[in-house]
Amino acid sequence: MATDTSVADVPGTAPLAHEEVHLSDIHYVRVAVFLAVLTGIEVALSYINGLNGLALLVPLLVIMAIKFGTVALYFMHLKWDSKILTRLFYAGVLLAAGVYVIALSTFRLFAGN
Amino acid sequence: MTDVDAPRSAPAPGAATGHGQQEAYPEELHATNTGISNEKLAMWVFLGSECLLFGGLISTYVLYKNRHRVGPAPHQLYDIAFTSISSFVLLMSSLTMVLAVAAVTRGDQKRLRTWLLTTALLGSVFISGQVYEFTAFVREGMGFTTNAASSAFYTLTGFHGVHVTIGIIMLLSVFVLSLRGRLPTERAETVEIVGLYWHFVDVVWIVIFTIVYLAK
Repeated sequence: MATDTSVADVPGTAPLAHEEVHLSDIHYVRVAVFLAVLTGIEVALSYINGLNGLALLVPLLVIMAIKFGTVALYFMHLKWDSKILTRLFYAGVLLAAGVYVIALSTFRLFAGN
Repeated sequence: MTDVDAPRSAPAPGAATGHGQQEAYPEELHATNTGISNEKLAMWVFLGSECLLFGGLISTYVLYKNRHRVGPAPHQLYDIAFTSISSFVLLMSSLTMVLAVAAVTRGDQKRLRTWLLTTALLGSVFISGQVYEFTAFVREGMGFTTNAASSAFYTLTGFHGVHVTIGIIMLLSVFVLSLRGRLPTERAETVEIVGLYWHFVDVVWIVIFTIVYLAK
């Protein structure tokens, strides 16, 4: 029997977070600056007169998705952590998005006037 | 191979385990099939389920935001400049949180405490901003029950505010643990798990800020 097997030897197991080499502090600061710039662009877009409807919504949603993904990947360490965690989290995100888009569709929210 | 001083009768990790099996491994080697601690896995499952809660609240707001026959609607009262600064503060608290996790990983207790307190402070600034915003809205005549849009708005942003408040309490608890010397590098995962919750609160606000405040 394998009595002296460490967890790290088991195929499919992820290295522990505190054993991994993440970004250095200055890299985290750069990620934060990137997020701040994206937020600035979002706010600037909302102030542009005449930018309404899909012309505003689409770029806002794209920037929102980039910010969401950046925080999840770099700050929540999904980029380095076990893929199981990524699947768990995005399963929740996609399930929520799918369920509520369908629910809102039943109220003809996307049908237009 | 690492000798983990397992009893000779103990099965290998990944095999079915019984009571007392946890003691066969050092604390940092999680005796689970995935190699991920149960606490961390539970937090991720919880965060996945929270997506459904906030998805429901955001959808409700989107559905009701134009139903305001009585009183003003939330979007008529928004102060985008003010909320943008609040959003920036919360975004930067994610930076200080990840720096706290990096500090505890290095065993730098002093910086861990500094970043934890900074994160809690930034969270408190965000909550203060939300209280100010709510007060201003009520003065403008938009209470919780004024119309369907205001109810949906207060429920969504209020729930998020409660999450931020719980996060601040968790941060302060971890700070006290650190002061008492109960957060050595081997227990860095405790800070990481609190950090996951905090970052989640941030990503939820990223969505709320865009869909509720910016999208016209």
